[in-house]
Amino acid sequence: MDNPVILAAGILGTTGASLKRAAQSGAGGVVTKSVGSVPRDGHRGPTVVQVEGGLLNAMGLPNPSYANFQEEIDIGREGGAPVVASIFGSGPQEFVEVAESLEADGFELNLSCPHAEKYGAEIGCEACNVEEITRAVKRSVAIPVWVKLTPNVADIVGLGLAAQRGGADGVVAINTLKAMAIDVESGRPILGNRFGGLSGPAIKPVAVRCVFDLADALEIPVIGVGGISRWQDAAEMIMAGAAGVQVGTALRNPEGYGIFRSIAEGLSTYLERKEMTLEELRGIAGRFS
Amino acid sequence: MRPKNAQIVEIVRETANVRTIRFDLDLNPVPGQYLMVWVRGVDEVPMSMSYRNGITVQLVGEATRAIFDLKVGESLGLRGPLGNGFSLAGDKILLVGGGVGAAPLALLGKAASKRGMEVTTLLGFRCCDDLLFRERFERIGELIITTDDGSEGICGRASAGLSCLDLQKFDQIYLCGPEPMMADVIGRCRGMETKIQASIDRYFKCGMGICGSCCIDPSGIRLCVEGPVIRADRLAGTEFGKYRRGPSGLKN
Repeated sequence: MDNPVILAAGILGTTGASLKRAAQSGAGGVVTKSVGSVPRDGHRGPTVVQVEGGLLNAMGLPNPSYANFQEEIDIGREGGAPVVASIFGSGPQEFVEVAESLEADGFELNLSCPHAEKYGAEIGCEACNVEEITRAVKRSVAIPVWVKLTPNVADIVGLGLAAQRGGADGVVAINTLKAMAIDVESGRPILGNRFGGLSGPAIKPVAVRCVFDLADALEIPVIGVGGISRWQDAAEMIMAGAAGVQVGTALRNPEGYGIFRSIAEGLSTYLERKEMTLEELRGIAGRFS
Repeated sequence: MRPKNAQIVEIVRETANVRTIRFDLDLNPVPGQYLMVWVRGVDEVPMSMSYRNGITVQLVGEATRAIFDLKVGESLGLRGPLGNGFSLAGDKILLVGGGVGAAPLALLGKAASKRGMEVTTLLGFRCCDDLLFRERFERIGELIITTDDGSEGICGRASAGLSCLDLQKFDQIYLCGPEPMMADVIGRCRGMETKIQASIDRYFKCGMGICGSCCIDPSGIRLCVEGPVIRADRLAGTEFGKYRRGPSGLKN
C-alpha cells in the first residue's frame, strides 16, 4: 500500500464506483462492505442515528451477495489501491463459499458486526469460532486474510490470539461498540433494529487500548480502527501499535472523500518533522511501561 | 442530530394518492432539500420538502401507507433538512416537474418569484385528477400542463410541452420527476447541461454520506449529501436514466 490509511468496511463500499473514488482520493487501500452468500436488504430504518460523540448504526449487513459483487471489486481496483473484500457467513462453510467465489487483494473476515443475528459478533465473540473460521478460509485461499474483531467481549486479546492461531495475516480492531439510543418523545428505541453499534470519536480511546493490548500480544500486524478523523488520531493509533489505520465514520465530515489524503499527508508531514519512519513510530507507546 | 419530534398540524388531500402533511416546525429548507422521515415503528424514508414546514407524499409502499394513516396531532421524527438543494440563478427560469415531483418545485418557484425572477412552469401528470399545486404555480408565473391521457392541457408527457417553449431564453432549468422524464428533457436540451439542475431519487439509508447505498455509477457521487440536486453535466455517462440500486445494492 502507498500509505497506511484505509477505507473501513461498511462505509461506502457497496459499489465499485465508491471504492474507486476512495482509492483515487488517496486511500492506501479500501475494504468493501461485507458480502455474504445471499442478497440482504438490511434492517428497517432508522439505520443510523447521530449521538453524543459519534454515530449509532444498525445497517443489518445489506449486500447484493457474492454472486453479484465481483464486478464491483473489479471496478474498485481501477482506483489503483488494493481492494480487500469484507466477507461474512454463519460458519466456516459459508465463509469459505464466499471467499472461494471472490477474487480480491485480500479478505477481511467480519466476525464482529454487533447487530446481525447468527453473523458477525454472535459467532466472533467465541475464540474457538474465530480460530476455526480463520483456519478454514486460510486453507481455501492464497491471499492475505485479516480478521476484524469485536470489542464487545471481556478479552479481545483472546480473540486476536485465536485469529493468529488460525493463520490470520493480520487483525483489525475494533468493530463498533454495542449501543442504543431511545427517542425521548415516544420511548421507542430509535434504530429500526433497536440496538446497534457505536462508532466515531467516542470510541477512539477504547480502540487505542484494544490495539495497544493486541499489538503487545500478537506477532501478526494489527490494523487500528475506531474514531479516526485526523492525522493525530492515526498517529496515536500507530503509537499504540497499529501497522495501519482504517477510517469510516469520519467520511461524513464535510471534506468527504478528501479525508484520506488529509490524514495521509498530515501523518507524513509529522513523520518528517520527527525524522521517523512509520515503522519507528509503531508501538512507541509500549516503551513506557 | 437525533430525530426532531414534529407534530402534524394539517393534512391536505391533494389527490387520490397524494397527501400534504404540515408540521409544527418551520424547518426553513433550501428548496430541493429533503427530510429523513421516521414513522415510528415502521421505517425511515427520505422526502423532499414542499413547504417550509411540510412534505407532500405519494402512496407507494409501507412507509407512505403508515404516513397516510396518521392524523392531525400525531407526530413523526424528522432529520434534516438534508442535502444540497436547488441553487437559484439568472432572471428567467423554467421548472419542469412530473407527478409528485412538482412538490419541491413549488417551494423553489415561490422563492424565485420572491426574488423577482420570471418563472415558467411545465408540469406533466397522468390525468386531470392527478394535478398538483395548480394555484401555487399559477400565482408565480405561466403554467403549462400536460397529461398522458389529454384530460387537461397538452396531451402527452411533460417533454411534449417543451416544444411550445423557446428553451434558449431560460437562464436555468429545474427538474424533478420520474427519471425517464428528466433524462428525456436533458436529452432535448443538448448543450444546456450546465444550466440544468435535477433532483434525483435513489435509495437513501443513512442520509449522511457514509453507507453508500445512494452512490451513483461510475463517479461514486453520494447523492444523499452531494445531491439530491445535481447539475445535469455531472450526470452525463452515469447510471442516471439507465438503472438504480435497491436496498441490497442490486441493480434494477
